[in-house]
Amino acid sequence: MLSMQNISKVYRAGLVETHALREFSLEVKEGEFISVTGPSGSGKTTFLNIAGLLESFTAGRFELDGRDVSALSDSESSKVRNEKIGFVFQSFNLIPDLNLFDNVDVPLRYRGFSAAERKRRIEKVLETVGLASRMKHLPSQLSGGQQQRVAIARALAGEPRFLLADEPTGNLDSHMAMSVMELIAEINRNGTTIIMVTHDPALADMASRNVHILDGRVSNGAAETRVARLATA
Amino acid sequence: MFSYYLKLGWLSIRRNPLLSALMIAAIAVGIGASMTIITVNYVMSGNPIPQKSDQLFYVQLDNWDPNWDPNDSDDGNLEPRDQLTYLDAMALMKAGKAYRQVASNRTGLVLEPQGEDEMPFSVDTRNTWSDFFPMFDLPFIYGSGWDDSADQNLERVVVLSKEINERVFGGENPVGRSVRLNGMDFRVVGVIDEYQPVPKFYDVTNDAFGEAEDIFIPFNVAVEYQFPRNGNTNCWKKPDGDGFEAFLNSECIWIQFWAELRNDTEKQDYMDFLNAYVAQQKEIGRFPRPINNRLSDVMEWMEKQEVVEDDAQVMLGLSLLFLMVCLLNTIGLLLAKFMGKSTDISLRRALGASRSSLFVQHMIETGLIGLGGGILGLGLTWVGLRGIEMLFEDIVKNLVSLDWVMVVTAIGLAIASALLAGLYPTWRACRIAPATQLKIQ
Repeated sequence: MLSMQNISKVYRAGLVETHALREFSLEVKEGEFISVTGPSGSGKTTFLNIAGLLESFTAGRFELDGRDVSALSDSESSKVRNEKIGFVFQSFNLIPDLNLFDNVDVPLRYRGFSAAERKRRIEKVLETVGLASRMKHLPSQLSGGQQQRVAIARALAGEPRFLLADEPTGNLDSHMAMSVMELIAEINRNGTTIIMVTHDPALADMASRNVHILDGRVSNGAAETRVARLATA
Repeated sequence: MFSYYLKLGWLSIRRNPLLSALMIAAIAVGIGASMTIITVNYVMSGNPIPQKSDQLFYVQLDNWDPNWDPNDSDDGNLEPRDQLTYLDAMALMKAGKAYRQVASNRTGLVLEPQGEDEMPFSVDTRNTWSDFFPMFDLPFIYGSGWDDSADQNLERVVVLSKEINERVFGGENPVGRSVRLNGMDFRVVGVIDEYQPVPKFYDVTNDAFGEAEDIFIPFNVAVEYQFPRNGNTNCWKKPDGDGFEAFLNSECIWIQFWAELRNDTEKQDYMDFLNAYVAQQKEIGRFPRPINNRLSDVMEWMEKQEVVEDDAQVMLGLSLLFLMVCLLNTIGLLLAKFMGKSTDISLRRALGASRSSLFVQHMIETGLIGLGGGILGLGLTWVGLRGIEMLFEDIVKNLVSLDWVMVVTAIGLAIASALLAGLYPTWRACRIAPATQLKIQ
């Protein structure tokens, strides 16, 4: 479903080259829940950005759903992002002067759905994250955990194949973090493939597989399958 | 999506009210300054009689001094002087070769109201012919112009302006009643409605932007009673003798002459007639210069007479330069605004917006700012025009009105200017690398 072969990413600033990813290879199957861990600067976020088509790469091959996405045009990659990928960010990234309904509406607008279809989807996903009654509220009127739920609802509204989450609980206290993780696990159980970057080993353990990145490569022997321990969370 | 982008634009403007206000103000000041000058130029250079300006021709005959060294005209030929002698004007009127023709000049008379308490006052007067009224489409409230027999029979008839009729007759129908001009009774035959062509094309030799005359009387009557002449009288040699009769028979020019020619054939025929007339006059010792007759339609005549002065053109250029300076400021402000939206832009990119859709979104926001600048700029234009009116009341009295064309132009110019100013900031904003911005968050 997601296949990266020997991906390299080099940042150049003048004569200085920084290798963010080095011959990075990874296969993700449909329905997997993968946690990505590694020390700061190891290349986790670069991997996530490339996986989300937010960033190009220097070398290698990247296939998404069997399609080579190495050289898509801007409009093509935007379309793939819009239709197949959902993003959840550490700092929620809600638009402050749009209410919850309109925030969730953003990706659907670019999808070209009718007003009725957008409304149906928005109400459904807000219901899923338990915020249907607050769809006219502004983000500032919600707690951090609720804001992240809205961000997840926004990511899910387009019914993506992948959910890419970058430290989704990084700005939340432990109680809220667990609540959000339960939601993410639930989404995975419903069939959405999830790739989640985290620093927290406990959260990483909740994934079905952990990928550890070190110096831009998948760490040898670190890719391991784990049993999701949602029951104990 | 357009309405969605409009909503986003409005929200963005509200999100940074100070920055937005600065941009709107910068555009408004530029629009206000440039539109003030553009409006004055527009009115000055407008077509005062669009329905038939291409059928009305000003007549020039070159009867001047053979040693005269005139400036070259635009087409490289020597431009004849801008008025006719009495001899030539009367000869052309008598020949009647045009569909309509009018010789006229301006004078000033004294009108003596009939009321005992009212003081006499001076009235600007046009001495003209019966064709003047249908030829220049003067609108009548009461009555009409006089007829051809009044011209021929020296009838003392008069057409009043609406303003004079209100002053003398309280606005009632005065047709058939008399007014006393320079001690003589004139029978009122008509009252014209508001009539103020801008420029006053039929006589640009006397203040092209001045008021239309208060009253109109037959040219022959003015000559018969030797009413004084207002306006330019130029002579290249002294009259042969003293007195008014000698003046009339002199080579002095003081009469404006218009001919209505409905098509190219009529125009060519009339030009042939003028050439033949001058050739004939040469045989009796007049017209010492080469034949150089001209027929200029209304807009050509306005251009030849440089109704829109060079100063006004320079001011127009300066005002547009000022608009550009304002736009440069707007570019800076837009850059600051859009760079401040980098997170929002990156987020939308991540959620599936293409660069082109973000470009359209931000250009619409820029257009909204331009619209705001245009509306405020219209207000400033109005203030600017009122200021000009106060400063130069006598000169620009008829030049300082905003019509719908200028309103649309102001709004259009503001939006176009804003869009132009927004191109670079929008392009920059759409080039923001989303990954970098989202990582910073």
